[in-house]
Amino acid sequence: MERTTLLGRLSWQLGEVVAAQAETARTKSITLTLPTWRGHRAGQHVDVRLTAPDGYQAERSYSIASPPEEQPRVTLTVERLDDGEVSPYLTDELRVGDHLELRGPIGGHFVWEALMGGPLLLVAGGSGIVPLMAMLRHRAAAGSTVPTRLLYSARSDAEIIYRDELDRLVGSTTLLEVVHTLTRAQPPGWTGYHRRIDTDMLREVAWPPERHPRMYVCGPTPFVETAAASLVALGHEPGRVKTERFGPTGEA
Amino acid sequence: MSEGFISRAFRGRRQEPDVAGRLPPGQYLERGFPVLSAGPTPHTPLDRWDFSIEGSVKEPKRWTWQELLALPHETPTVDISCVTKWTKFSTHWEGVSVDTLLQQMAYDPTIARYVIAFSDGDYTTNLPLADVLGGKAWVAFGYDGQPLAPEHGGPARLLVPHLYFWKSAKWIRGLRLVERDEPGFWESLGYHYYGDPWKEQRYWGD
Amino acid sequence: MENKLDGNAAAGTLQAIFPFDMTRVQATCTHCGTANPLGATATYMHGMGTVVRCPTCDNALIRLAQMKGRYLLDMRGMRVLQIGAEA
Repeated sequence: MERTTLLGRLSWQLGEVVAAQAETARTKSITLTLPTWRGHRAGQHVDVRLTAPDGYQAERSYSIASPPEEQPRVTLTVERLDDGEVSPYLTDELRVGDHLELRGPIGGHFVWEALMGGPLLLVAGGSGIVPLMAMLRHRAAAGSTVPTRLLYSARSDAEIIYRDELDRLVGSTTLLEVVHTLTRAQPPGWTGYHRRIDTDMLREVAWPPERHPRMYVCGPTPFVETAAASLVALGHEPGRVKTERFGPTGEA
Repeated sequence: MSEGFISRAFRGRRQEPDVAGRLPPGQYLERGFPVLSAGPTPHTPLDRWDFSIEGSVKEPKRWTWQELLALPHETPTVDISCVTKWTKFSTHWEGVSVDTLLQQMAYDPTIARYVIAFSDGDYTTNLPLADVLGGKAWVAFGYDGQPLAPEHGGPARLLVPHLYFWKSAKWIRGLRLVERDEPGFWESLGYHYYGDPWKEQRYWGD
Repeated sequence: MENKLDGNAAAGTLQAIFPFDMTRVQATCTHCGTANPLGATATYMHGMGTVVRCPTCDNALIRLAQMKGRYLLDMRGMRVLQIGAEA
């Protein structure tokens, strides 16, 4: 079915799993090598397809976590949904040496490249951090000094994906700030935000509209709609607020 | 290239046993109640809501929310089947039979042979008039003992359980009686005009 | 909770049909006249099909279903696609 495309632009490719590593209790990063991969831009995603012996298929979309500089390796960070059909297979069953069908890269609307400049505001809700992490990793790999702020909402400290790497990036690159808000549980001595993202928080963290930042918001649909509306209410140009909504369950 | 690839140890969700003869062909048993929306959830206030029957009728009629609720209620328990392959057994509804509503109308059934059900938003679906008569269809406003939730079509949806569930139009606002079958929202896009799950009439030509 | 995403979600399916990245295509809504990149639209996807709606007025820009080896698209809700100019 998928191969009836006119120019064969997007066909299913077979990747081999070369690494699988837990990030948090519920998320795992899976790295694949894809011999026919043509490269991607930070922010893009892939469609993953699983096929059962009787031909039954299930497809889901996952953002690419790795920067373009790592091609032909592609890393996906998957959050395990208890009632999911695909994510539990990816996080619990898939092993190094297995193969996975995917097609991509997909989506030129929600991308950032260092050449595009900034300042750059990234707003992540839960697993919405994944495509924004690809942007931050690309920024580091490209040696970019674009002023960047990440506002990352997670339920608790233990659920911050890439926590250590984010700390390292702040320490090792210039002009990167990361602000966390922990909405359900905070560790002892926590002095940071501890509520859901709102207009006041964005006013404090985001660049003022006069700086004309490029803004990327990613996470569950209600999170994205609230954050995007708040940014517009603060005076930012709607056209510079790019959004990627995951389904209410967190899967795109 | 990757044709014929099979994912090691993947079985998918469909593990429910076939309950002899009760599952239509190609369906699996679902315990949840999936929400499939083609557009934003409408929120018409009840004091502005009405249900109308119009088209090839002697005189169109309109019921307010209060007037609808004042009609005799029924509490059908039915199996429902979605064209996306899930079937849910023994769902409990409360509503007014479409027979009750059509009994108040004057029309010629040899002319008005089809209905278009129309909803808030742009959703429509088409059915033969005969398939909403004879105890086969309701305007349902209660599910599982509670008012029908907006994401499942509340305040009221059409309930026509003998056909695929896309025919049970959510957020229903009326029925238009017509002489010729006119494809609705999904029927225009390849889905079967009639939609009998027991004959697996999912798409055109089935 | 309705299954509402944005145009990025439909990108894979659209890109299998159209030989360019549809999320960057600007489409004019025939109902309200506003133009938006398809990546910025409200997209409703589920097992029956995909409906891409105007972010301003919710008019269906693209209705897409896939069955029996073919795609069916109804695009009456949009006109004047602008392809190739980045916003």
